[in-house]
Amino acid sequence: MDQESGAASAGSFISLNEHEQRYYSGLHSLCQADTSGKLSSSKVAELFKASQLPPESLHKVTEVCGAKRLGYFGTPQFYVALKLLAATQSGLPVRLESVTANLPLPRFVGLKNEPEMRYSTVPPGIEGQGAQCGAAPGSVSWTPAERSTFRHLEASVEKKEPWSPPRSPCSSPPRSPLTYRSYPYTKQRNGADAQMTYESKQSSRPIIQLEQHSSPNNYGTKSTVEHPAMARASSAERLAQQGAVDDSEDDPWRITEEQLEYYTNQFKSLQPDLGALILGAVAKNFFTKSKLPIPELSHIWELSDVDRDGALTFSEFCTAFHLIVARKNGYPLPESLPPTLQPGFMQQEEDIPDTPESAEPLIVFEDAEPRPSQMDRSILERIQPSLPTTKQDMKEEPRKQDAGLKRMTTSQDKQTLQLGAFPERPEPPHDLDPQMRTKTRPRSYSSTSIEDAMKKAEEPPTPPPRPQKTHSRASSLDLNKLFQQGTPGIKSGWLPPPPALPPRPSTSQVSHFINTSEKTPQNKVQQPNFADFSHFREEEESSVKPEEQGLRSRFGPSTEDLTNASKQEVIGVCHSQAPQKPVRRKYHPESQSQETAPPPAMSFPPPSKPAQKLLSRQKREIQMAIRKNKETNAVLTRLNSELQQQLKVVHQERVTLESQLELLRPLAST
Amino acid sequence: MAVCIAVIAKENYPLYIRSVPTQNELKFHYTVHTSLDVVEEKISAVGKSLGDQRELYLGLLYPTEDYKVYGYVTNSKVKFVIVVDSSNTSLRDNEIRSMFRKLHNSFTDVMCNPFHNPGDTIQSKAFDGIVSGMMVQTG
Repeated sequence: MDQESGAASAGSFISLNEHEQRYYSGLHSLCQADTSGKLSSSKVAELFKASQLPPESLHKVTEVCGAKRLGYFGTPQFYVALKLLAATQSGLPVRLESVTANLPLPRFVGLKNEPEMRYSTVPPGIEGQGAQCGAAPGSVSWTPAERSTFRHLEASVEKKEPWSPPRSPCSSPPRSPLTYRSYPYTKQRNGADAQMTYESKQSSRPIIQLEQHSSPNNYGTKSTVEHPAMARASSAERLAQQGAVDDSEDDPWRITEEQLEYYTNQFKSLQPDLGALILGAVAKNFFTKSKLPIPELSHIWELSDVDRDGALTFSEFCTAFHLIVARKNGYPLPESLPPTLQPGFMQQEEDIPDTPESAEPLIVFEDAEPRPSQMDRSILERIQPSLPTTKQDMKEEPRKQDAGLKRMTTSQDKQTLQLGAFPERPEPPHDLDPQMRTKTRPRSYSSTSIEDAMKKAEEPPTPPPRPQKTHSRASSLDLNKLFQQGTPGIKSGWLPPPPALPPRPSTSQVSHFINTSEKTPQNKVQQPNFADFSHFREEEESSVKPEEQGLRSRFGPSTEDLTNASKQEVIGVCHSQAPQKPVRRKYHPESQSQETAPPPAMSFPPPSKPAQKLLSRQKREIQMAIRKNKETNAVLTRLNSELQQQLKVVHQERVTLESQLELLRPLAST
Repeated sequence: MAVCIAVIAKENYPLYIRSVPTQNELKFHYTVHTSLDVVEEKISAVGKSLGDQRELYLGLLYPTEDYKVYGYVTNSKVKFVIVVDSSNTSLRDNEIRSMFRKLHNSFTDVMCNPFHNPGDTIQSKAFDGIVSGMMVQTG
């Protein structure tokens, strides 16, 4: 509720009437607030310029509102600044006291006058909804609100078209977005949903790490999961979404700063020198992870490789990346490269926001650090809010683990056949299966928040959950198979946890539940069994070589004897597949014999703690080993296929040569 | 203005073949197929003097009563075949050469695309665009 608190603090400080509230929130969204509530200083600078006040008064405004002190424009500062602008425009001195006066709205000339147009053209109902962004709860109400705002914005866009030329003195970059505003709308008239996802995706983009180094499963599910989560999370985010609305309605083909920064990082991960080229094969691997169909990727390549050299420069790479992102969000691919994505434009874009800042710093911050450091700070500060936190962790982690994970994820690409949207890429593999599990649900944007929040909450403790989550998919499979095996004593109370829930908490839940219902005699009965199992386990460890098999055998008997649910968990965690089934079944009779010893009707008490710790540790080890094996497996299969092809070619050559030899031989003999 | 344009791989299977749709395409496919023999003959004929760089443009392969067939071979033995309507204003050699050059360039672009596997049929929109530009407009 950043915006609310901001508004409240600003409101306690200054009183905003209803109109002002709406107008300011509109302007606020225009300035592309990111999740921590900080506003993009370039946009704020534009806004201030558009107020047509002399620079010194703008400096004063910045100083008074506290942004200078802070170094950035937060929501309260922004509101105060707007009030001060209004005051200055009506001739009052720039001081805090002037803020309390009843002022007309500040006038901004030559802006992309979204809020103004919205304010004037849109019926109050929508305005109310826009204002509601500070107060409204659930995403469901947000959805129709957004849709209606879109349609009205469409109308306003069309109205704007005729007068956009007169607004040219504003600045050139905004002009091109104006012309392009109609483009996405005409295309997306039907796909309001797609647009919404794009906008909300844009807002969550800084949070969603668009890194490639994780399984593609995360792509679509994560974005869909995060959209409602984001929408629900805080009004600041909602504002960011609204800001993203403006941005995307400006031009979906335009790369924002955050996106640019992200793409830069990605480029660096592939090729440390920003001036160098990414080779075609490298780029192919990278973009294949987005799980777009190959013809589309091929088309994107054609669009973005402007110099046709088979390699991507940095700007070409950004273009391609951006096209992929847009495609993933449902935007159809253009037939030709939009001007905003052409490499020349990108450099131009970078120059233009820089020059006003350098020539005439409208916003003077006390700490005169360059913007990149602010961005870094913004990245760090994003860690603070709870939801973005987890994502930021994940963002930074994958960055560190880039090189190592690259191969692994490529191998996992092969294994994971599920589709996922591109934004999921950045998630490290441990987020694979939570997203996979959500994927089992239809890709709706209003998915349950609780599970998402739960998952998010789990993400910070990274290494332990990771292996488990990769196996949760298998766990769901195994659970079914387990049930088919018809192990006795499975109570309906221990239905398999829904695929969406990760195994770990449910195990703890299960153990909690079992703890509450434990029966002491069973404990005593159980412990000798445990002793047996650990003994058994050790045996198996020594005897069975392949780690997976060892795992199965180890966990086979122990899990059979544990509660059925925890059994499910453990086996699920073991990520067993078909080959392991027979191994486990071997121990069925033994386990069953052991099962008969305790009363069959009773449910077993939870494993004793040391055994549990052992189990979890072993699980982890095994899962790591499994993953490594899978990687090598995938690599080897690829190698194999390539070698096979080479072999075929060589065979053919050999055959032709032999036939020629045969032909020549009779000639030679005679 | 071509009536049919075909790109044939080294192994003599078509990577891309497109003809003016109004007329029965099978005829064109057959024509292209038969022209392959002529191409092979021309290649092998020149192949004796391997020192010289073989001319890529093969020229008129053979005329039928309705059509003229032109051929072009790249250094990687990928063949381009253009079938032109005889009744059309007879196109000059230079024009045909320029058509082949354009084809070759866009073919190279397609090959440069890392997402394109050599040996796959060509599914590039850019390539399609260039070919459409060369085909008879009435199609």
